[in-house]
Amino acid sequence: MQKMQPMPAQNQFMTSYMETKGGEMMPVLSYIQAVTKALQEEMERDEKVFVLGEDVGVRGGVFRATDGLYQQFGESRVIDTPLAESAIAGVGIGAAMYGMRPVAEMQFADFILPAVNQIISEAAKMRYRSNNDWTCPITIRAPYGGGVHGALYHSQSIEAIFANQPGLKIVMPSSPYDVKGLLKAAIRDNDPVLFLEHKRAYRSIKEEVPDTDYTLPIGKADVKREGSDITVITYGLCVQWAIKAAENLAAEGIDVHILDLRTIYPLDQEAIKQAASKTGKVLLITEDNKEGSIIGEVAAIISEHCLFDLDAPIKRLAGPDVPSMPYAPPLEKEFMINQDKIEAAMRDLAEF
Amino acid sequence: MGLEKITMPQLGESVTEGTISNWLIQPGDHVSKYDPIAEVLTDKVNAEVPSSFTGTIKELIAQEDETIAVGDVMCLIETETNEKTSESNVSKAKTETEINQSHETNQTDMKKRYSPAVLRLAQENSIDLSEVKGNGRAGRITRKDIEKVIADRSNQVESAPMPVDKENNRSNKSSDNIYTQAGDKEIPVTGIRKAIANNMVRSTTEIPHAWMMIEVDVTNLVNYRNAEKDAFKETEGYNLSYFAFFLNAIAKALKKFPELNSSWAGDKIVQHKDINLSIAVAHGKELFVPVIKNVDEKSIKGIAKEIDQLSKKARNGSLTQEDMKGGTFTVNNTGSFGSVQSMGVINYPQAAILQVESIVKRPVIIDDMFAARDMVNLCLSLDHRVLDGVISGQFMSHIKGILENISGDTTPIY
Repeated sequence: MQKMQPMPAQNQFMTSYMETKGGEMMPVLSYIQAVTKALQEEMERDEKVFVLGEDVGVRGGVFRATDGLYQQFGESRVIDTPLAESAIAGVGIGAAMYGMRPVAEMQFADFILPAVNQIISEAAKMRYRSNNDWTCPITIRAPYGGGVHGALYHSQSIEAIFANQPGLKIVMPSSPYDVKGLLKAAIRDNDPVLFLEHKRAYRSIKEEVPDTDYTLPIGKADVKREGSDITVITYGLCVQWAIKAAENLAAEGIDVHILDLRTIYPLDQEAIKQAASKTGKVLLITEDNKEGSIIGEVAAIISEHCLFDLDAPIKRLAGPDVPSMPYAPPLEKEFMINQDKIEAAMRDLAEF
Repeated sequence: MGLEKITMPQLGESVTEGTISNWLIQPGDHVSKYDPIAEVLTDKVNAEVPSSFTGTIKELIAQEDETIAVGDVMCLIETETNEKTSESNVSKAKTETEINQSHETNQTDMKKRYSPAVLRLAQENSIDLSEVKGNGRAGRITRKDIEKVIADRSNQVESAPMPVDKENNRSNKSSDNIYTQAGDKEIPVTGIRKAIANNMVRSTTEIPHAWMMIEVDVTNLVNYRNAEKDAFKETEGYNLSYFAFFLNAIAKALKKFPELNSSWAGDKIVQHKDINLSIAVAHGKELFVPVIKNVDEKSIKGIAKEIDQLSKKARNGSLTQEDMKGGTFTVNNTGSFGSVQSMGVINYPQAAILQVESIVKRPVIIDDMFAARDMVNLCLSLDHRVLDGVISGQFMSHIKGILENISGDTTPIY
């Protein structure tokens, strides 16, 4: 995958700064730098936190998400594992049950499938089946999503597979600020959290991220933009495209309300109802295949609770129902959600 | 040019045939597209069949009282343009009501598709959806359209005394068909003229007016006032006008019949506690409607004094917005121009206006004998949404009673 010059950990966040309103300097981090920063801060804060995964140690991860952690915390806390996802999850789950705070990395979300049994049968059900005697505070990180010419095994959205397993939380952040706050919250959570990072966002999305120790609530959605004409509910990288599309449409007088789900399981039902009722015209967006995706559940919540506020059929914009992300660039482009598709869908709904 | 067939339309789901009860056209007649050409009877509906084309009727194939199957030819028409046979236009004409809709193009075919939100808001706010303009695709009424109607409605109620809103600016529309000749003078409509125009249009379009007139014998009032006016002018320095007596009598009657001292506010009627009479004061070409507040609490002298002050202010242009605010009922002194009968336009959003006409000496029969009496007509315009004839009639006869019994005893000046 992408190659990067190795960089000493202490210099990693010094690369660019922007001046905030108050005159304070706040570092600008990319999405992946925010991942590293969150891991580093949590490992410094709590020595029970450790990282395990393929090439996460000396190499610093294939995407460099754990860059510098091996040097700073050593091989006992940044553990390179064999190519066995079931073992990565299983070892992590066992450690978590014994009071550790493991952060397991799946190199690509596409490879998580051998670990599904561990995650669903063990981690998600541990607290329930032991009548609260045992808990499993593991965080499993995995890069998902397409648009990087990764084709079949490096592009999939796998969240729907895990999204009806009570006991498991699924967090999918859309921005560097959210990444840091949510990943820290995931590590501190006393139950298993699946933390899915969009790999295309890793280096394309940058924003100011405070140096301070902050967390964001898991299970709460976030209004990214206030608007009165249509409501867009989405998550992950699609949020970024939706925000840009909304800015373009604002010039045409279309005022878009954007809700970022942040946690896609369990869903923040109150926030969804509120956002949908606000405008009565709802567009749901996901990069996943349309049928059976998370947004279908969002649509169900809205139609269950908001019928008399609805002013249009609930619209879904999603990937086509084909088995996987194609490799051919024109086909990949056709599969992927992008700003233009979102803009067209928003305009269509606004005009309804 | 081309010869086209007009066929029997499908006049309902299960209808297979129709009887032509009446041809509305003859061969040679020119018809426009959608003009009714025949009345058709089926076992379900009676309907007019519209023409599918514009052109000249060539031949009537089916006869009156003849029953023909759906799709059979009714008549032939020579068309002017090469219009293609449009099946949909024919089949749209299902019932008489639907015929009207078929005039509309596809642009409005979403007009009656209501979303749950629109239906709920319309029901909660008693909005007639047929009167709402849809700004959605194909004329659909959106939730925002309804929300705007609700917002406009509450704004209207709040800003009712100054009703210059854009919705009602019909008076502002220029009339293209008025043609000017050399020497004609064009006066731009601005300021007070514009405000008056807007008020009048709003009042007459929104308020269902009803009228009523009574005749009052004010001989006693005339005698009383004539006896007092010189002394009054000498001591007070201003005129003791008839108008003050009328206002006094009207205020007393309003106290008894508060129904007339009210305003229409959409979903409720607001009955005002204070009796604040708007009075029309003309100055030059301008008309002002200043307000005398709490008339029921004032003596004849007090009222006369305020009339004098307000007219002076109107003359030297120093009337303020404050002077014009808060009127609850309007009294118009049309008699000052010699008018004996008039139909006032209600001062929106009040419920009624009363016109005091000219006092005229006329022969009147009293006890089978002619007598020369001072007579006056009082004309009332009422908002029929708020008031009915009975209450208005009682109000008017109460005023009549007060005025006919005026004397130094019943109505002291001070």
